[in-house]
Amino acid sequence: MNAAPSVTAPLIEAHDLAMAFDVSPPWLNRVLEGKPRLLLQAVDGVSFSIEKGKTLALVGESGCGKSTVARLLVGLYQPTRGRLKFGDQDVHATLKSPQGHHLRRHIQMIFQDPYASLNPRWTVEDIVGEPLQEHGMIRDPAARKMRVAELLRSVGLNALDMVKFPHQFSGGQRQRISIARALGTEPEFLVCDEPTSALDVSVQAQVLNIMKDLQRERGLTYLFISHNLAVVRHVSDHVGVMYLGRLVELADKPTLFDRPRHPYTRMLLDAIPKMRDTGRARTPVSGEVPNPLDPPAGCAFHPRCPHANGRCAAERPHMLEQESTRVACHAVEEGRIE
Amino acid sequence: MSLLQVKNLVVEFPGRHGTLRALDDISFEIAPGEILGIVGESGAGKSLTSAAIIGLLEPPGRIASGEVLLEGTRIDNLNHEQMRHIRGRRIGAIFQDPLTSLNPLYTIGRQLIETIQTHLPMGAAEARQRAISLLQETGIAAAEQRLEHYPHQFSGGMRQRVVIALALAGEPKLIVADEPTTALDVSIQAQIIALLKNVCKKHSAAVMLITHDMGVIAETCDRVAVMYAGRIAEIGPVHDVINRPSHPYTEGLMAAIPDIEVDRDRLNQIDGAMPRLDAIPNGCAFNPRCAKAFERCRLVRPELTLVSTTRAACWLHETSVEVAA
Repeated sequence: MNAAPSVTAPLIEAHDLAMAFDVSPPWLNRVLEGKPRLLLQAVDGVSFSIEKGKTLALVGESGCGKSTVARLLVGLYQPTRGRLKFGDQDVHATLKSPQGHHLRRHIQMIFQDPYASLNPRWTVEDIVGEPLQEHGMIRDPAARKMRVAELLRSVGLNALDMVKFPHQFSGGQRQRISIARALGTEPEFLVCDEPTSALDVSVQAQVLNIMKDLQRERGLTYLFISHNLAVVRHVSDHVGVMYLGRLVELADKPTLFDRPRHPYTRMLLDAIPKMRDTGRARTPVSGEVPNPLDPPAGCAFHPRCPHANGRCAAERPHMLEQESTRVACHAVEEGRIE
Repeated sequence: MSLLQVKNLVVEFPGRHGTLRALDDISFEIAPGEILGIVGESGAGKSLTSAAIIGLLEPPGRIASGEVLLEGTRIDNLNHEQMRHIRGRRIGAIFQDPLTSLNPLYTIGRQLIETIQTHLPMGAAEARQRAISLLQETGIAAAEQRLEHYPHQFSGGMRQRVVIALALAGEPKLIVADEPTTALDVSIQAQIIALLKNVCKKHSAAVMLITHDMGVIAETCDRVAVMYAGRIAEIGPVHDVINRPSHPYTEGLMAAIPDIEVDRDRLNQIDGAMPRLDAIPNGCAFNPRCAKAFERCRLVRPELTLVSTTRAACWLHETSVEVAA
């Protein structure tokens, strides 16, 4: 065997990604009522990298910016700051250039709601076949049929299903159609935005198993977005925890679940109802996620954090590399919490 | 005596192409102060069970047979007006979406005070005091000022606290909570569940908690009923159902849930999906998806029978029964 060190270059590298949405009142109101411009900082300085064939999961509560990151990654949004690299190409610059069309083939997305993401008037053959045609991969109708059949079989559906319409399928089957559609262009990178949160548990298990099998067979790289930490534990290699648009902790899966560092990560892990450990009283963390239009100064989590002090309220913590974890917390940095 | 008794409840939806049986022979009891969880996947009939109990079945849905008894008296045959007095006063309700269970045009205070005065003989000032103390109990800061606020001025978690206060306003002995935390984030969900558990204990109200989240059930309930295709598959003490499930469906469901504490390479999956109401198989409704199904499962429907501590509707546990003639 070759004894060369396995230094794999990351497939995806995000550096200081930021996205601000302009949510100002209309121009007339600003002029007449003297209202200021309002910017909502949905994603603020997020950096991570994903190696080929691995899964990075992003977790966080609603409004933390995880879906915005997903949309930035597939180029549905232009970042207001920061860079995103796919291999050695800059994603957002390439997408604007003539080579953009080619790059899109390699980055695909699976959406949360399998009811809204499939055109109800199209047959499954049209839905799954469209990307093939769009990217000029297949022109011959008979060949397209063959390829669609193959894609449907790869996600555990019957090839004969291609003449049906989306409403003839259950939620789990629809999500498999979405996966088949995304796989059509032979992507290397799949962005999955809460792919199973609209599904029942037994169906969720089917979809998660298929996603894992496909990753193993095809060496796919996933960005997996979820609010469910148990699902994340099941699918991911690395986990990033987001709070109010910022990444607060990034670690490999065993480290994050066995030794969470950031107080928010600990809180999230503690908040999950446990199946086996019944009767144990948890300490619910008080407070709610603040308004993202007016985030707290310093560390965004400080108003809810049991370890916060004056520095946390004033100074924004930076990502600090600690062993196998990257964590943005003054208390961890100063050794106030282990 | 049990607080609520549901006996052989059948709910049907008559339609052009025949009648759909959405709930089929549901029986269970809730003791005073007990928390009973009802769990199942979408379409299992969880919410319909609660709607039938509180008399809010949407027409053409109707109770075709069976009885619902509250403290020994039947409530399933009451008319709309009589039922209105039971809802709120004797059975409180909490729904999934707190925004749709509050009227956006009235202040929280007005809605609370109106509810209190409808059900309890109180004057305006007294009712206001009670409204404030209810809000304080449910953890709303500055309750007196918050009375003047409208629902949109509250966050999702705070709204659900207000809904809990509303449900408790008439001092009911039973609270029906239909997916009360599904629309909330995990950290807020933990707060709301702890709150629901505490206030119901304090007011000695029993709870029928409907959810699809087994973790919530494990943390909250005394007993749990697992529903499948409009029937109860298994019912029993929560620890036993989770740790030693007797019905193959419960077993499969438990194994399909990703566990936060354990790493597993593959999740156990139950192939197929729950049958549609117009195509419920003969015999046991779960038999086409069940790995252990045998001849009798396809022919005869199993009844709930006692298996150690839980009761399961499964022929695997039937040792000596005479096949129906």
